[in-house]
Amino acid sequence: MTTLTKQTLSHLDWLEAEAIHIMREVAGQCANPVLLFSGGKDSICMLRIAEKAFRPGRFPFPLMHIDTGHNYQEVVEFRDKRAAELGERLIVRSVEDSMKRGTVVLKHEGESRNKHQSVTLLEAIEEFGFDCCIGGARRDEEKARAKERIMSFRDEFGQWDPKNQRPELWNLYNARAHKGENIRAFPISNWTEMDVWQYIEREGLELPSIYFAHTRPVVMRQGAIVPVNVPLVSGELTNLPKAGEEIIDLQVRFRTVGDISCTAPVESDADTVEKIVLETATTTITERGATRLDDQTSEASMEQRKKEGYF
Amino acid sequence: MSAPEKIEDHGLLRFLTCGSVDDGKSTLIGRLLFDTKTILADTLSAIERTSQKRGMEAVDLSLLTDGLQAEREQGITIDVAYRYFSTGTRKYIIADAPGHEQYTRNMVTAASTANLAIILVDARKGVLTQTRRHSYLAHLVNIPHLLVAVNKMDLVNYDQAVFEKIKADYLAFAAQLGIEDVRFIPLSALNGDMVVDRGEALSWYKGPTLLEILEAAPGAHSEQAEAFRFPVQFVCRPQDSANPELHDYRGFMGRVESGELAVGEAVTVLPSGRETKVKDIQIGGQSIPAAVSEQSVTLLLEDEIDISRGDMIVRSAAQPQVVKQIDTTVCWLAETPLDRARTYLIRHTTREVKAKVASIDYRVDVNTLEQQATDKLQMNDIARVSFKLAQPLFIDPYSQNRATGAFIVIDESTNNTIGAGMIG
Repeated sequence: MTTLTKQTLSHLDWLEAEAIHIMREVAGQCANPVLLFSGGKDSICMLRIAEKAFRPGRFPFPLMHIDTGHNYQEVVEFRDKRAAELGERLIVRSVEDSMKRGTVVLKHEGESRNKHQSVTLLEAIEEFGFDCCIGGARRDEEKARAKERIMSFRDEFGQWDPKNQRPELWNLYNARAHKGENIRAFPISNWTEMDVWQYIEREGLELPSIYFAHTRPVVMRQGAIVPVNVPLVSGELTNLPKAGEEIIDLQVRFRTVGDISCTAPVESDADTVEKIVLETATTTITERGATRLDDQTSEASMEQRKKEGYF
Repeated sequence: MSAPEKIEDHGLLRFLTCGSVDDGKSTLIGRLLFDTKTILADTLSAIERTSQKRGMEAVDLSLLTDGLQAEREQGITIDVAYRYFSTGTRKYIIADAPGHEQYTRNMVTAASTANLAIILVDARKGVLTQTRRHSYLAHLVNIPHLLVAVNKMDLVNYDQAVFEKIKADYLAFAAQLGIEDVRFIPLSALNGDMVVDRGEALSWYKGPTLLEILEAAPGAHSEQAEAFRFPVQFVCRPQDSANPELHDYRGFMGRVESGELAVGEAVTVLPSGRETKVKDIQIGGQSIPAAVSEQSVTLLLEDEIDISRGDMIVRSAAQPQVVKQIDTTVCWLAETPLDRARTYLIRHTTREVKAKVASIDYRVDVNTLEQQATDKLQMNDIARVSFKLAQPLFIDPYSQNRATGAFIVIDESTNNTIGAGMIG
């Protein structure tokens, strides 16, 4: 085999190979890492990458989800099913437990719990002594993420200081941290929403049903589609409509999935991955612009949350 | 799984844009994103609002690359930002580095992963000190393809003579630097001429548009034959009692940094020097017949050899040098100057070794390219430095192999990455 067949990897193969490399660097450099798995589409891709990186061995890290208690039932069920299928350990830590401990205090009962995940995440990092959290964040999601490192350094308080990040050259990643400090590693930093959907299509990955077009009751609130009367895992309904709001049944799908209080669906009839890939190619609205109610509060709200320990 | 009508995939190209605010770099990136339909309606309406707020008539495309709050407040870019667009046949990653002299380290960082550099020249100003600096750094980091984009042609009446003069000036100093592969394109990022669309104003220019050049640029690792280099990242020993087949499984996991390898080939493991043959190549436990550059795979070997992270598997017929001293060009990245008395950590591929400075030959003034004697290094300095190593590294000259010629310097007390180096 001395003939050189100059082969260039397809863009998905290249992105996958890079992500595998980053996960293996975490495994090689860190003593006690964890992979954050929410049941959302990005973290589902991360699990496939971890399989390609480490099988036939077990993952050299457990999976962890920070549950706000306001997650879509379908996603929580999917999360548990997927972890069980893989035979990997899943840790769940809940914002509600932090509320009971008094470390999370909501301004009012209806306040979104999304940003409070940071507190619970930091508590879990301390509880288990994790030195690295592997997350599925992407640089194309948001402009504060465009400058994020692949190995992002957080101090003892979990804070991200954009002015004090390690230069990252070639593919020489520096995941060293002193005790108490923490690294956030982002293997799919260089992926876009389109790459994620193309990868899901190519790999035939299963997703929670709410990513596909379905009919659900919603109200229109400040130009966004807001799902209402959403059943929690407990059976209790959340996101109740406000007085005077008109409930309509709309065919929608979710482009991004998080805390019920801050993720909105888009109108769509795409009920297969192929149709979603097509729709993503022709959409006119960004992923977060359309669907994340929390990022619209201020121009810099993601940057602010990251400084406070969010990933 | 993929749709049958799928268009051809030309893989991925990483490129760097260098220039300062005045060169229209942000406008060029904005134009590329806008004309390739990467910018979506909500982002566009947001920058329309900001443009109006700032009293501008047309939409300011440079706002698309506006960064962090801290940067917006100061009106400057302080860090490398990464942007993405796709043409359907190729995916692009742009490393957007600020151009000021004090950001040499940012440019070196952005250049380290780029396969092509766009060097922006303002048509009114011609080749400036910063043009030389950017070109020197792009060449230093060995970016294979340079593209000089003469921007703001609209402000010189799209005059061909202006373009030809800049081209001649540039070629004169490029020859001094040893830059061989360089191309030139006239454009107006503001009006979109020759970026994605040809426009009407530059009809005398018969060459390809900027996007056509990007579409045709060779991807990394596709031009010259490179030796097979496989730094071991992680060793997989499943020892799953439920599956006796895995009892003897020893998988050596890593990324093919260069070259190719097929099952059955003879390989040597460094540093032990033990020789064996490749029994299997796998991804996720599935066998594949051969591995190519940049692919992340798992190697299984015929013989049981003790191998751990930091070792390197190479083809027996083409081995790297095994050295305990390296002569290098270093870019200092940290605010704390280099301290000759201290021991540092060098990370090279997946290997970490302790290192001490043996000598500093000179530093290079990045503006004049003059060599100056020095015994210390400050942030943004580029210098020739030799290091003594506590353990051997397996190296190739950087000019032949980026992956096995590059290293970073780490300060063990802070764990910060404080230097970037190129061997040879």
